[in-house]
Amino acid sequence: MDQPVPLSADHHDPFAKPGALTPVGSEPIVRVADLQKFYGDNHVLKGVTLEVYPRETICLIGKSGSGKSTLLRCINFLEEPTVGLIEVDGLRVDADPLRARNRQHQEQIRQIRLRAQMVFQEFNLFPHMKVIDNLIEGPIRVKGVSRDQAIATAENYLAKVGLAEKRDEYPGRLSGGQKQRVAIARALTMEPKVLLFDEPTSALDPTLVGEVINVMEELAHEGATMIVVTHEMAFAREAADRVYFIEGGQFVEVGPPDQVIEDPRDPRTREFLARTFGKAHVPA
Amino acid sequence: MSEAARGGPAGARNEYDLTLARPEDIVRRVAVHRARSRRRFRTIFLLTWLVLVGALVIALAQSGKVDPAFIGKWGPFILGGIPVTLFVSVVSIIFAVVFALFGALGRLSGNPTIYAIATLYVSLVRGTPLIVQIIFVYLALPQFGIVLDPLTSGIFALSFNYGAYLTEIFRAGVEAVPRGQREAAAALGMQERSIMRRVILPQAIRIVTPAIGNDFISMTKDSALVSYVTIEEVFWRANNAGTQTFRNFEALMIAAVVYWVMTIVLSFGQERLEKRMAQSDVRV
Ligand SMILES: Nc1ncnc2c1ncn2[C@@H]1O[C@H](COP(=O)(O)OP(=O)(O)O)[C@@H](O)[C@H]1O
Ligand SMILES: [Mg+2]
Repeated sequence: MDQPVPLSADHHDPFAKPGALTPVGSEPIVRVADLQKFYGDNHVLKGVTLEVYPRETICLIGKSGSGKSTLLRCINFLEEPTVGLIEVDGLRVDADPLRARNRQHQEQIRQIRLRAQMVFQEFNLFPHMKVIDNLIEGPIRVKGVSRDQAIATAENYLAKVGLAEKRDEYPGRLSGGQKQRVAIARALTMEPKVLLFDEPTSALDPTLVGEVINVMEELAHEGATMIVVTHEMAFAREAADRVYFIEGGQFVEVGPPDQVIEDPRDPRTREFLARTFGKAHVPA
Repeated sequence: MSEAARGGPAGARNEYDLTLARPEDIVRRVAVHRARSRRRFRTIFLLTWLVLVGALVIALAQSGKVDPAFIGKWGPFILGGIPVTLFVSVVSIIFAVVFALFGALGRLSGNPTIYAIATLYVSLVRGTPLIVQIIFVYLALPQFGIVLDPLTSGIFALSFNYGAYLTEIFRAGVEAVPRGQREAAAALGMQERSIMRRVILPQAIRIVTPAIGNDFISMTKDSALVSYVTIEEVFWRANNAGTQTFRNFEALMIAAVVYWVMTIVLSFGQERLEKRMAQSDVRV
């Protein structure tokens, strides 16, 4: 693996940044260090540092366009970061915007993706495959698991999200909530170290949000490590260890959900919560 | 009207009188009314065709310039070309799909050489007449020692030509697969080749199936051009029968009717296939 390259004189210790917590006794499983992302001239992420410890659930909140998806998508390299480092479960990958180390970089990205699986807002199930085939595709093609083994694992996770009986359906016949649960099961069959959720309930009819949130809460309580972009404050309050409020590509406020949601310190957080959930967003 | 009498309560004056009718009766009568006007439309349509075509046939028979005995004598010979026409078309469309698959992958390739080759193929083929290509393969290639028998030349030229048009359709089909599909596959850790083969192409092929059907129908007509390389399909036979007997009108008329009926039957089959696909669970 590469030695970390100092980015510039003041970046010698990329993890020694505000937002990085350093509790004793355990190593973070995800580190994002001084992550910056430009789309052309659009400076979308302006130096984000984030550490997530095993079994933690982290919620990212913020306005539309604040860079939440971009941050999540940089962690599994669906977007190439412009500057910064990503580390997942001990595998550390530097931004390589020019693809200077292309071959090696691609392989590292694949390894990162094996460790960090993503659940999308739009589910993105493969419509031409049955549910079970959606679930075994990754393990067989990517991890080289035997078909029988993959099916056993898939059935296990399908049961876990409460959809064992949909095994042989095509995604087109499922409700939105069921699709998203299948998508979660698909991510789980890869047995990743971290789950990334990008607004997993935003495309759902309000009546279907609950079934997905329930699955996610169960995962959180069982000790899955999750980074969740969401507007479901009830989920954040129930499951998150920390809530990050992001604005303009930077973390503005970080803290336990009780504090950030109920008693935001930063006026920008307060304004966001008031605007998104109404003045009376603070429930009992 | 007996239906009206059955559907409405006593006292309804005619089938359009809905006073006092119960809602379920109204629904039933609306359905009956719809079905009846649909049948009426179809009947008039068929009658119009019968009258027009019948009038033409009668006029020709009355003119005394057409020899009805020709049909009995030469009809079977010309019809004998149908299997040849169909064979050439089926084999050519299959090879065209193969050419188009490679063409489209080339047109989507990031490799400039491959992209250039694929683009040259499309440009060259679309920029020259099909008839020139067919005769070129048969008559010009032998100058370089490439001697192909008529059937091979004809099928090669047809499929090479149609492959170029289908290339652009396939490329559009690949591009029509939603972005999220590629992202979901990449996020699983799948490699570019698997993403294409397992996720993108199966969906793209469903998208372009109707276009392949259209091209197949055109192919049955354009296959008449391979008569120039002495393949004894429908048009070759009609042309020969006509010139031998100086009965070109009868011969060409038979050929025209054969092509016409073939396209009607194929279009009908295609319509049913498309309906079946639209109803299937497998949505793209
Ligand atoms: N693929 C892209 N190309 C160009 N600009 C993008 C792209 N994706 C996102 N952006 C821009 O980056 C900013 C942050 O977007 P995003 O991370 O999607 O925000 P969020 O998820 O918080 O709503 C927006 O201004 C958006 O227009
Ligand atoms: Mg977003």
